[in-house]
Amino acid sequence: MGTMNQKEFFELADQYLRGELPAAEKVAFESFCAENPSYAAQLQQHRDFVTNMKETSQRLDFKNVLANSAKEYHKSQGTTTKVVPMKQSTVISLWERIKASSLVAAVVAVFAVFGTLWLSGYYSNLEKASSDYSALRRDMNNVKKNVNAHNAAIKDINDKKSVKSSESQFGATGFMLTTDGYVVTNYHVISGADSIYLQNGKGESYKAQVVHTDASKDLAILYIADKNFKKAKSLPYTFKTSTSDLGEDIYTIGFPRDEAVYGQGYLSSSTGYAGDTIAYQISVPVNPGNSGGPVLDSKGNVIGIISGKQRGIDGAAFAIKTKSIMNALADIPSDSLTAGVKINRKNALAGLPRTEQIKKLQDYIYMVKVY
Amino acid sequence: MSKFSKSVLLENDEQIIEGLKKGNSLAIDSIYKRYYPSISHMILQNNGSEDEAKDIFQEAVIVLYDKVAKGDFELSSKLKTYLYSICRRLWLKQLNRAGFGNSDISGYEDSLFEEEDLQQHQELEKKFDQMELALEKMGEPCKTILHDFYILNHSMQDICEKFGYTNTDNAKTQKYKCLQRLKKIFFSTD
Repeated sequence: MGTMNQKEFFELADQYLRGELPAAEKVAFESFCAENPSYAAQLQQHRDFVTNMKETSQRLDFKNVLANSAKEYHKSQGTTTKVVPMKQSTVISLWERIKASSLVAAVVAVFAVFGTLWLSGYYSNLEKASSDYSALRRDMNNVKKNVNAHNAAIKDINDKKSVKSSESQFGATGFMLTTDGYVVTNYHVISGADSIYLQNGKGESYKAQVVHTDASKDLAILYIADKNFKKAKSLPYTFKTSTSDLGEDIYTIGFPRDEAVYGQGYLSSSTGYAGDTIAYQISVPVNPGNSGGPVLDSKGNVIGIISGKQRGIDGAAFAIKTKSIMNALADIPSDSLTAGVKINRKNALAGLPRTEQIKKLQDYIYMVKVY
Repeated sequence: MSKFSKSVLLENDEQIIEGLKKGNSLAIDSIYKRYYPSISHMILQNNGSEDEAKDIFQEAVIVLYDKVAKGDFELSSKLKTYLYSICRRLWLKQLNRAGFGNSDISGYEDSLFEEEDLQQHQELEKKFDQMELALEKMGEPCKTILHDFYILNHSMQDICEKFGYTNTDNAKTQKYKCLQRLKKIFFSTD
């Protein structure tokens, strides 16, 4: 069946769902969906959507009939129903008498129960267990040795510069928003951080400060406040704030280990975890450390930022839409900006082969180290 | 139809459920005549007003409809008991919201309609409201085109003629655009 555009696909999907496709085309359509999982997902979503439409319509009809029947019934009853006065039953009078003491007993019981639960650390466990969403920052303890070796190496190279002897607690990814040093990453990466360092592919490390956080969108804007940092001439990528289409070919670069790692896949849903509309669902292999990595489309537009994935579900990762990043930028009060925020509008990646794109943009993606 | 139903009542639970599924007004009338008085009594006995009783009962019938419309509903008790249980749960919720704390309504058959069912109902309500709103927002002719095609199962040929498109391809394009717009509205409302 080869390729087809969205309109043709949905036209076929409609005919398929209504059972109007001739047998041969039906088989072809089914095998096309089987071969293209992103289209299969779209078909499923379309089917659910149409079902929802039908159910909504039937339910509306029912509600109308119901409202009519109710009106007729109450009219026919007129005012015949009397208001039955409340009787003070023995149960209620007993309640009046023991109200005060039982309230005290209840309060004590509640404190005892929740106090014990809290002391035993039940809630912290509960929080961990009750969500199948996992944020993708990397716990550095499991790569302690690696980091130690790095630190030693860095120390040897330039003794004068301040090199941290403590190992970083978490690692993740971040990327440049503007040439003058604004970098975006996830809020969960930097929350509770003592200090934050950004390290680029060449191994140069800069200290960064947090200028803005938005916990609800899981975004943090950092600013590189380091004398050694040289402003870039221009960013190679642009930011796409309009919604991208399902099935779009996308890729990301992140730091799940100490080297940049490339991953590619497709946009699988226009909403994120549990229907979250500020995020996309994407099908790209991601691991702890990928958090904060840019999600780019084939033309080199940033369409989102990786934030997490769903446990126990294959290939369900989530990326916060670029629009939210732009909103977060706009939310920064102007007096906390040390430089103006200029968003790049010139794309230097479109039309280049993927490997060339990656070479060009690699320098603008940082490993975020949190201490 | 309504004149006729004044004299006839569906007697048996299965008939009522079957009728409800089809949105039959006879079934709804029967439900009202047979069960409303006892439920209105329960609510009036428990700090409720006549109007509140009407609202609760109406909502309970919608809950019942949602269950029945899903197709796999099986009545595990008398319909009267089940409806009573739904109303009781809905009313308890409302009392709690109004700050009556742990109001206890003389209860029997507690397990028929649980807190869980109530939550399910609220989620369902939200889902349908969202779609209703999206359809409302869309305006004409999109609303009618989609309704004709997806709900009434009209052919594209019919729709093409009804709306005066020059050929079915144009109508199909229009339908596709309408659908995309509806999806956009639907998925962008919280």
